[in-house]
Amino acid sequence: MTVTPEHLLIAPILIPFFAGALMLLYGDEKQRKARLTLSFGSAFALLLVAFELLERASQSPMAEGGAMGFYLLGDWAAPYGIVLVLDRLSAMMLLLVALLALPALIYSLAGWQRQGQHFHALFQFLLMGLNGAFLTGDLFNLFVFFEVLLAASYGLLLHGSGPVRARAGLHYIAVNLTASLMFLIGVSLIYGVTGTLNMAHLTGLIPDLPEADRPLLHAGGAILALAFLVKAGMWPLSFWLPTAYMAGAPPVAAIFAILTKVGVYAVLRLSMLMFGPGAGPSVGVGAEVLMTGGMLTVLFGLLGVLGSQALGRMAGHLVLISSGTVLAVVGFALAGAGPAMLAGGLYYLMASTLASSALFLLIEPMSREDGDIAAMLALTADAYGIEDLQEDEDAGASLAIPTSLAMLSLCFAGCLLVLSGMPPLAGFVGKVAILSGLLTDGGLSVSQDWSWIFMAVLLASGLATLIGLVRVGVQVFWTTESTAQRVWALEVGPAVGLLLIVVAMTVRAEDVLRYMEATSRALHSPPVYTTGVGLAPRISDQPPEDTP
Amino acid sequence: MEFVLSAAIGILAASGAWLLMRPRTFQVIVGLCLLSYAVNLFIFSMGRLTVGAPAVMPRGGFVNPDAYADPIPQALVLTAIVISFATTALFLVVMIAARGFSGTDHVDGQERNR
Repeated sequence: MTVTPEHLLIAPILIPFFAGALMLLYGDEKQRKARLTLSFGSAFALLLVAFELLERASQSPMAEGGAMGFYLLGDWAAPYGIVLVLDRLSAMMLLLVALLALPALIYSLAGWQRQGQHFHALFQFLLMGLNGAFLTGDLFNLFVFFEVLLAASYGLLLHGSGPVRARAGLHYIAVNLTASLMFLIGVSLIYGVTGTLNMAHLTGLIPDLPEADRPLLHAGGAILALAFLVKAGMWPLSFWLPTAYMAGAPPVAAIFAILTKVGVYAVLRLSMLMFGPGAGPSVGVGAEVLMTGGMLTVLFGLLGVLGSQALGRMAGHLVLISSGTVLAVVGFALAGAGPAMLAGGLYYLMASTLASSALFLLIEPMSREDGDIAAMLALTADAYGIEDLQEDEDAGASLAIPTSLAMLSLCFAGCLLVLSGMPPLAGFVGKVAILSGLLTDGGLSVSQDWSWIFMAVLLASGLATLIGLVRVGVQVFWTTESTAQRVWALEVGPAVGLLLIVVAMTVRAEDVLRYMEATSRALHSPPVYTTGVGLAPRISDQPPEDTP
Repeated sequence: MEFVLSAAIGILAASGAWLLMRPRTFQVIVGLCLLSYAVNLFIFSMGRLTVGAPAVMPRGGFVNPDAYADPIPQALVLTAIVISFATTALFLVVMIAARGFSGTDHVDGQERNR
């Protein structure tokens, strides 16, 4: 088998897998350099691959069975074997993972990586699980990748240890293990009814299902959705989330910002395939639940933001607001609000995930004076001689107080603008796109009342975010008396990088939105996906040109 | 047979769910184990119940699928068992760590004030 560009499709799974596995051989503290090289090499490679795959996906035609990317594992024909599918949505999510991974890794250099063992290996396995979950076209394979990413996230959440993390980890693991069992029940119910696990095949079977089996299928879908919604943090299932995110080490929390989005992604992908347009009598099942649940999540997050005292807890609730908004948008899309609104939702998802990840990276430098963590970090720094490293850094390393404070506050203001949806950054563009999609004929056709309620909720959440974050900002940057904050470039740099990506998204908003629009249209016509997967060519069926 | 199996799944799931909501970590982990047994049996039953039917078909020629059990749920159960076993073991480690930190086996790390 020759290595052709087709095999690039499996690279996002294989690269972190091998990087992580190799790293385990370098367990010794002295071989840290080798681990770091592997880790950064893998993250860079992932970024390049993600860009290349995005390029490919964006050029695929929209026609039925248009050339999306496929990868038949073991060269088994589509409905029987496991297939990896690359379309616009998954390419976009892959890119998001790669964009979040690199800053989190850079940040971890500032001492966090050494607070426990195997940080980098676990991180790579988390990336592998994430990429796999975004690429797979098979329900059970999705479960396996979910477990991979969850197992890695259990380890990462506990990274650094301590009573707070152990307790948060205990709750996090218990909740997610239960959710995984729900996942299995849902998958097996769907298999029992339809006899397939391939998502595309499943979509094709649903319209012609016997009436007697349909309630069972819907029950299966609902139980499956329950598992995803626990991860996405929909309101009644989300109480574990702020505590867990607050307990995690900053680089861990930064990459965790995308874990809720995996849940949102799975809900979006499966609901649009199974219950989207063309699903016969099953069209729009669960739309109301998603709409109500999403809005309640936003409201819960809003109250949480207003009620939290510490920035960490507030950031956890901001994650809830962001995923609740996207969930509600998915609900509207499922109810037939048209592609424009979903496109706005996807844009908002990108922007808010990047910004909340940046915010998680800012929390620790901002609350350095609170003692505890700062003392611990200073201790590690002394023990490992980070001082040297700090002097190697160029001008930005350990600057006079006003500059570092200014950098921090600028980054914080950037996060604030994006998360609250104020102009001029991407959060505003995303929210405008959602609202203008809502006000088109399609959006209003769902239900006038729902649309107005959603609009009010969305705007109120922006206001609450603004109030909450400004309050923290005033406390930290304005009324602060002490001047002894030391912030390293390694810590602010990643957040600046993430925000620059958001700025780039804002500047190129038209291109990005056009891509999202195409993504959204493709999601609204399941035949594109179904026919594509059904026609995925086997290598052995093609004329043998250069088989060895 | 259907009744016995569904009753077994139901009883396992109910006891598992009840134990899961108890305040002691040991009860929680036993509850998770029972729940995962129930789920594994459930996956198995989704391939329809058959007696004495092998899952592996012979190679070549005409094969009557009715005489064979559905192999996919069996493969799924294997995967599910391995995964849930591994994650439960991991959970056990975290539980012991939490016990070490807090000195109590309450899931919240502290006894409720009475």
